[in-house]
Amino acid sequence: MSTEAPVVEEKKVKAPSEPLFSKKNRKLLSDPMDDQNPITVQVLGICSALAITVQVKQAVVMSLSVLAVMVFGNMIISLMRNMIPDRIRIIVQLVVVASLVILVDQVLKAFAFEVSQALSVFVGLIITNCIIMGRLEAFALGNKVWPSVLDGLGNAAAYGVILILVSVVRELFGSGKLFGFELFGNATEGTGLYAIGYMNNNLMILPPMALITVGVIIWIQRSRNRKLIEEN
Amino acid sequence: MGYADIFLKAIFVENMIFAYFLGMCSYLAVSKTVKTGMGLGLAVIFVLGITVPINYLLENYVLKEGALDWLDTSFATLDLSFLSFIMFIAVIASMVQLVEMIVEKFAPALYGALGIFLPLIAVNCSILGGALFMQERQYANIGEATIFGLGSGVGWWLAIVAIAAIREKIRYSHVPEPLRGLGITFIITGLMGIAFMSFMGI
Repeated sequence: MSTEAPVVEEKKVKAPSEPLFSKKNRKLLSDPMDDQNPITVQVLGICSALAITVQVKQAVVMSLSVLAVMVFGNMIISLMRNMIPDRIRIIVQLVVVASLVILVDQVLKAFAFEVSQALSVFVGLIITNCIIMGRLEAFALGNKVWPSVLDGLGNAAAYGVILILVSVVRELFGSGKLFGFELFGNATEGTGLYAIGYMNNNLMILPPMALITVGVIIWIQRSRNRKLIEEN
Repeated sequence: MGYADIFLKAIFVENMIFAYFLGMCSYLAVSKTVKTGMGLGLAVIFVLGITVPINYLLENYVLKEGALDWLDTSFATLDLSFLSFIMFIAVIASMVQLVEMIVEKFAPALYGALGIFLPLIAVNCSILGGALFMQERQYANIGEATIFGLGSGVGWWLAIVAIAAIREKIRYSHVPEPLRGLGITFIITGLMGIAFMSFMGI
C-alpha cells in the first residue's frame, strides 16, 4: 500500500503539463494540409479563394489577412467559450470576427493601399468567410486556447497554400508573370519566349478558370489520397 | 441606368456565383438536389431583397462621409464608413433572425419550405457581398438598390437550381473516381461560368 500512494500522486502532477508541441498538437497543424484541407475537403472559404487569385501578390496579402483574423478569432472565441450563451453565439462570433476584419482592413489601407483597392470587397468578405465561422463553430467553441490557436494557424496556412498555388498557375499562364515580374519576356514588345510565338492564355485571367484550376487540384489530391474519394 | 438594366445586369453579367464566386460554400453544400437548391435560392432572393435597401439607407444616412448632416450640421465632416462591415453584418444577422420569426408567424407554409435554410443565410457571403457591392457602386436611389438586391438574388437562385439539376443527372454518368462529387462540381461551375460570360456586353 505504501509504495502505491506516491505513484498516484506523481501521475496527478504530471497530467496537466502536456508539451507545447505534443503529437496531438502537431496533428492540428498538419491535418489541414491534406486529410482535412479546408478548401478541397471541408469545402470552406471557397468564395474568396477563387476571386482574388489572378495575381500572386493579392493572394499572399489575402492569405496573411485570413491568417491573422483566424488565429486571433480562434483565440478570442476560445477564451470566451464558457461565457457565450448558446443561442446568440453566431452573432457573438460575427461581432468578434467583424472587429478583427475592420482592424485588418484599416492596416491594409494604411500600408498597402493599392492591394487593398484591388481586393475591393473581398477583405470585408473575410467576415463571412465560412472557413473562419466553420472553425470557430467546430473547434474554438469546444477547445482550450493553445490548440485553438494551432488549429487556426493550420487551417489558415492550408488555405493560403491552395490560394497561392491557384494564383501561381493563373498568373504564370494568364499573364506570363510572377509577383509582377515578366518571366517569359515582354508580350507587347515580343521579346523572350514571345519572339518565338508563345502566347499568354487569356482565359486563365477570367473568373471561370479559377474554378477549373481548383477542380484539377482536387482531382490530383484525391487520386493520390484515395480515401477522400466521394460516392457521388 | 434604368431599372431593367440593373436587374438584368445583376442576374446575368454580374452573376454572384459565376462572376464573383459569392456564396460558393452553401452553393456547393446544398446543391445535391433541386428541391433543397430551390428552397435556399428563394430564401437568398428574399433576404437580399430586404437587406440591400436597409443597408442602403444605413450607408447613406449614417455611415457615409457627411451622411449625418440631417441630424446636425456639426456632423457634416464625420466619416463613419470604417464601421460599415460591422453595421452591415449586424443588420444582416438581425434581419435574418427577424425574417425567420415573421415568416414562421404569418406564413407557416413558406416557413416549412424555407425553414432550415434561413439561419444558414446569415453567413452566406452573397448577402454581405450584395451590401458591399451596393456601397462600392453607389446607386442613385433606394429603388435601384432594391432592384440590384433582387437581381443578385435571382442570379444566385438561377445558378444553384441549374447546378443542382446537373448534379442530379451526373450521378448516372461515369465520372473518374477522384473527380466525383466536389471536383466535377467545380469544373461544371467553371464551364457554366464560361457560358455566362457570353452575356457580357449586353
